[in-house]
Amino acid sequence: MARITLKNIAHSYDGGDSYALKAMSHEWLDGGAYALLGPSGCGKTTLLNIISGLLQPSEGQLLFDGVDVSQLPTEQRNIAQVFQFPVLYDTMTVAENLAFPLRNRRGADKLSAAEIASRVQQAIAMLGLEALAGRKARGLSADDKQKISLGRGLVRTDVNAILFDEPLTVIDPHLKWQLRTQLKQIHRQFGHTMIYVTHDQTEALTFADKVVVMLAGEVVQVGTPQQLFDTPQHTFVGKFIGSPGMNVLPCELAGNEAVVDGHHIALVREYPVLTGVMELGIRPEFVRLVGQGQGIPVQIISVEDVGRHRIARAQLNSHRLDIIVPEHQPLPSMPCVLFDSDRINIYQNSQLVGWDL
Amino acid sequence: MKPWNNKAWLFVLPVLVLVAFSAIIPLMTVVNYSVQDSFGNNEFYWVGLEWFQEVLASERFHNSLMRNLLFSGIILLIEIPLGIAVALAMPRRGWGVSVCLVLMALPLLIPWNVVGTIWQVFARVDIGLLGHTLAAMGVDYNYTQDTLDAWITLIVMDVWHWTSLVVLLCYSGLVSIPDAYYQAARIDGASRWAVFRYIQLPKMRRVLVIAVLLRFMDSFMIYTEPFVVTGGGPGNATTFLSIDLVQMAIGQFDLGPAAAMSLVYFLIILVISWVFYTVMTQQDNESVTDGRAGGGQ
Repeated sequence: MARITLKNIAHSYDGGDSYALKAMSHEWLDGGAYALLGPSGCGKTTLLNIISGLLQPSEGQLLFDGVDVSQLPTEQRNIAQVFQFPVLYDTMTVAENLAFPLRNRRGADKLSAAEIASRVQQAIAMLGLEALAGRKARGLSADDKQKISLGRGLVRTDVNAILFDEPLTVIDPHLKWQLRTQLKQIHRQFGHTMIYVTHDQTEALTFADKVVVMLAGEVVQVGTPQQLFDTPQHTFVGKFIGSPGMNVLPCELAGNEAVVDGHHIALVREYPVLTGVMELGIRPEFVRLVGQGQGIPVQIISVEDVGRHRIARAQLNSHRLDIIVPEHQPLPSMPCVLFDSDRINIYQNSQLVGWDL
Repeated sequence: MKPWNNKAWLFVLPVLVLVAFSAIIPLMTVVNYSVQDSFGNNEFYWVGLEWFQEVLASERFHNSLMRNLLFSGIILLIEIPLGIAVALAMPRRGWGVSVCLVLMALPLLIPWNVVGTIWQVFARVDIGLLGHTLAAMGVDYNYTQDTLDAWITLIVMDVWHWTSLVVLLCYSGLVSIPDAYYQAARIDGASRWAVFRYIQLPKMRRVLVIAVLLRFMDSFMIYTEPFVVTGGGPGNATTFLSIDLVQMAIGQFDLGPAAAMSLVYFLIILVISWVFYTVMTQQDNESVTDGRAGGGQ
């Protein structure tokens, strides 16, 4: 297990014309469970492959526990990585598949047959694969295959880190939850440094202690699930996380009030005069639907009932506004909305305006 | 109940007619010849299986058959491993791919008799580039007089002509392997050999079955090239079954024995191909039905 440090890492696939990964420095703490969250094509997999050494970064350094490993080949970095689609050695049995990374060790790291057998047994028990241990890997279901791919990472108990590249894409929804829980348990039990790439916020938020949100090759926010929900540093984070995502409305500031299309909205603090594009962010959970005469009039376009609450898709003049409405609250005939002042975030050029201003 | 619709046979009819004319009728003619004797004047006499007994007992047939088996064995032992090795060495992306593919396809585009002629001239001691060079270097090489030299010439020629077929088949198997497999192997710390053994070879197995079958059948039926290069000589040293058969049928006009021999020849190819196919696909079937319990250590 190791602390992984990125120093000004950047990567370009086309020799510097465009960067898939813009220069970033970041530290992954030893034993942390991280999620790397972002839309497809934002550079998550690139970053993961740089850490495992499958990709040589164009710029920057990679340190494991303070030691530069940028030039080391994958084999010598002692990293486990699980891919989006299951990769199995078809001609081997399930148990042989799990033993494969252990058997490949040479020299001082070489393991005895007995030790390999006991570690494989552990991994099999951990993933509940007892019934399949002696079967050929070919012909198993996608779920089982991906479990075995996971197992090949977990069997190496002394790895520096385990990297997951959207590993649950091919797994049935009801098993996803179960596997994610299993991963969390394994993390608690063994304390590996784990980095989990996904574009699914639920996966990221349930798996990770810390979520790293990426957009277009850059890290836009690192934080706990709570921080990402309460104080998104960037309007993208607000919109990307939450279902539905945060409402972002263009506004002007006037002392301790925000003005949206001439409607005054109370804020909990006074902002200085700021230039640039100002926006107000409020999560649908903190927009309350009320009857006429109290707030800002809106027009409801549609209502989706998701079971535990309803989502009203509304229009505030020309701006879209999502509102979460409790199940049994009747919809008013002339709907208006109120914003919870203490839940409003103000953004300047898409960046959160901090409390220090 | 749905009425039986015979109209469907009309659609199959053209193919049936075609197959009948191209395969069934000629084959039956051969069967017809193989059980009769003729003394000219289009008079035929029923002889039963006599020709078959004669062919199977003849030393001449045994010798040709052994030569054929030896030749096909050597061809497979050289071309399959060499083909795999070349396919592994070929680039997977970039401009090199099309260059390699075109170069590999070139020998396959040359007609058999032209290949024979090229090598016949190329290996001649008096004017051929290869033969003359070898002679100038003091190597005692003459494929028209020495049995071993004749065999080496034919084998090198066949390897030159047909290895690229194996290469192209293996290459198609190799490029179908997703990158993730190689990445996973690097993560697992697999050696170059392990990558070949557990990733590349299993993915190539299906195309290798085709390659082995094609190369076996073609080399077992080889006629044109040895006919052009050595004419079956020196002596009978390179007289394969096909050359023998033509000599018997056209040279000696022994239609009965020739017909019996061609049927035996055909059956041998069928049986050996079946054996190859069964052995090579056995593992496939095994792994599907394989449900044994127990660890793999």
